[in-house]
Amino acid sequence: MRRLINQYPSVLNRLLLAVLPFALVFLAYAVASEARLADNPADKLLPAWATIQAAIIRMGFVPDMRTGDFLLYVDTMASLERLAIGVAFATVIGGIIGILQGLIPYVRAMMVNFTSVVSMIPPLAILPILFITFGLGELSKVVLITFGILPYIVRDLAQRTEEIPHEQIIKAQTLGASTWQIILRVVLPQMLPRLIDSVRLSLGSAWLYLIAAEAIAAENGLGYRIFLMRRYLAMDVILPYVFWITFLAFTLDFILRFTQRSLFRWMYRGQA
Amino acid sequence: MKILPKFAIAALAALALVTSVPAQAAPKKDFKVAWSIYVGWMPWGYAADNGIVKKWADKYGINIEVVQFNDYIESINQYTAGSLDGVLSTNMDALAIPSVGGVDTTALIVGDYSNGNDAIILKDKKSLADIKGQKVNLVELSVSHYTLARALETVGMSEKDVTVVNTSDADMEAAWKTSDVTAMVTWNPMVASIMQDSRANSVFDSSALPGEIQDLLVVNTDTLNDNPEFGKAMVGIWFETLALMQSGTPEAKAARESMAKASGTDLAGFEGQLKTTKMFWTPAEMVAFTDGDLVPAMDKVRNFLFTHGLLGNNAASADVVGIEFSDGKIIGDKSNVKFRFTDKYMKLAADGKL
Repeated sequence: MRRLINQYPSVLNRLLLAVLPFALVFLAYAVASEARLADNPADKLLPAWATIQAAIIRMGFVPDMRTGDFLLYVDTMASLERLAIGVAFATVIGGIIGILQGLIPYVRAMMVNFTSVVSMIPPLAILPILFITFGLGELSKVVLITFGILPYIVRDLAQRTEEIPHEQIIKAQTLGASTWQIILRVVLPQMLPRLIDSVRLSLGSAWLYLIAAEAIAAENGLGYRIFLMRRYLAMDVILPYVFWITFLAFTLDFILRFTQRSLFRWMYRGQA
Repeated sequence: MKILPKFAIAALAALALVTSVPAQAAPKKDFKVAWSIYVGWMPWGYAADNGIVKKWADKYGINIEVVQFNDYIESINQYTAGSLDGVLSTNMDALAIPSVGGVDTTALIVGDYSNGNDAIILKDKKSLADIKGQKVNLVELSVSHYTLARALETVGMSEKDVTVVNTSDADMEAAWKTSDVTAMVTWNPMVASIMQDSRANSVFDSSALPGEIQDLLVVNTDTLNDNPEFGKAMVGIWFETLALMQSGTPEAKAARESMAKASGTDLAGFEGQLKTTKMFWTPAEMVAFTDGDLVPAMDKVRNFLFTHGLLGNNAASADVVGIEFSDGKIIGDKSNVKFRFTDKYMKLAADGKL
């Protein structure tokens, strides 16, 4: 049938269509930047490519005048460390609570309403409490990330656990499995790939909380740099940092997806 | 494939609509000025709410919109990007953001200078020298940072002797309450609130730097030159509001109370902040300050900006941006004057010619 929903682009067209939105954004930037620079050659809002390039070289490949460090490297490592610790805690805690909440009726009775309510609290709104409890150092940043994404992981994993066909649980019991054995041999293996999915989907929020935490009090980090540079509208530094964060986030997502695919091949069996 | 060009044209048209081009300077009728909460700027909010702005705008046949920004830096960025005609800013930020960003900027009103509003506060320690080796929480690259750098000079130290931790001004008070914060540089009203803690000791404040941290109304120079009525109206609004505050009438008290409330404090708190602010209450005082020797202050500020990389990456020295004073004297690059002091409009007020 010649309907729009039945028409597929050729390989070449698909590629062109995929590139098009990116190209348009770049084109729009170039046009607007040119117009502003023609009006004011020192314009800071939409700097020229050459200015951005100079900023990339300065931040990434020239040691800082005051500290002797490569700022982009220092910022990236600091941010990735915070992100990794925060996400790791959320993954482990979320995995445990999620599975227990999904499988054990007593835990579910206790936790299900609590996690639903807690997941609705915007963590950024209670920042002062977080500071006073955990200080202004690294701990509060990690805690913000963990608390930020934990409720989602718990709820998602609990739901996935409940979706395990009940027949499997009964079958395991007829074979004499204890609760502990069921968790270990039936539930956990099926939940690990789901947990990776859950973490993948939380990464966007994790970055948001990381940047927010670094904006409030920090000595380094990608979010710190962006908010510091914003103080004098240095978009030539901010824009490459935004690209870099996007790239890092995309790479992390790819790594997680790849890990999931290679560790849990069974999940994709039967799919085209 | 056929739909591609059409789609592309539509998308381009849409993008062209959303990408803004800075306003061209030319005679115009509508002006927009932004202010943010600070003791010396509260009169603007009062003037806007009580018809003083409208009165003077009508007198000169123009429209002036005075808007409040919750985020001070955002208001300066918006001004720099061209969406505002004027903004309330410190001399330091006006030089570092719009002027360095190529926007020729004039200080139309030199409203006050900080005379204790910016302070270095230590927890439990009593002298400035004790700051050595500590982590210092402050808004990096702000006047707090400048205050710290100037203070350290006075005791033979430099920024290398401390670790600066960039902290958002909105979170200063909460940060002070945490145990790992032992040293802080901030401004009023946060200073007043933090000093209520018995462990807090103010070891240095901006009263030791008279005239260096100025609070200005800066406007786009081209806009001002093309529209002198705009400058006259703004000066008229300012001094009428100040005169009202000083009149000693019940109205004056009401005005001060309303400003206090708008800045989140009470009358006593507001008066306390006014004490650490050297306001120029009359046009004559403002003219005297503006025509005085501002070169040393601006020179210190621009050198701070230069050593912190805020004068741009291609800056070979602090001279990269020219600063013109009211007597026509210029420091820095004479062919790139982007920051100007002028007494022209405040003199009109002093001579009663508005």
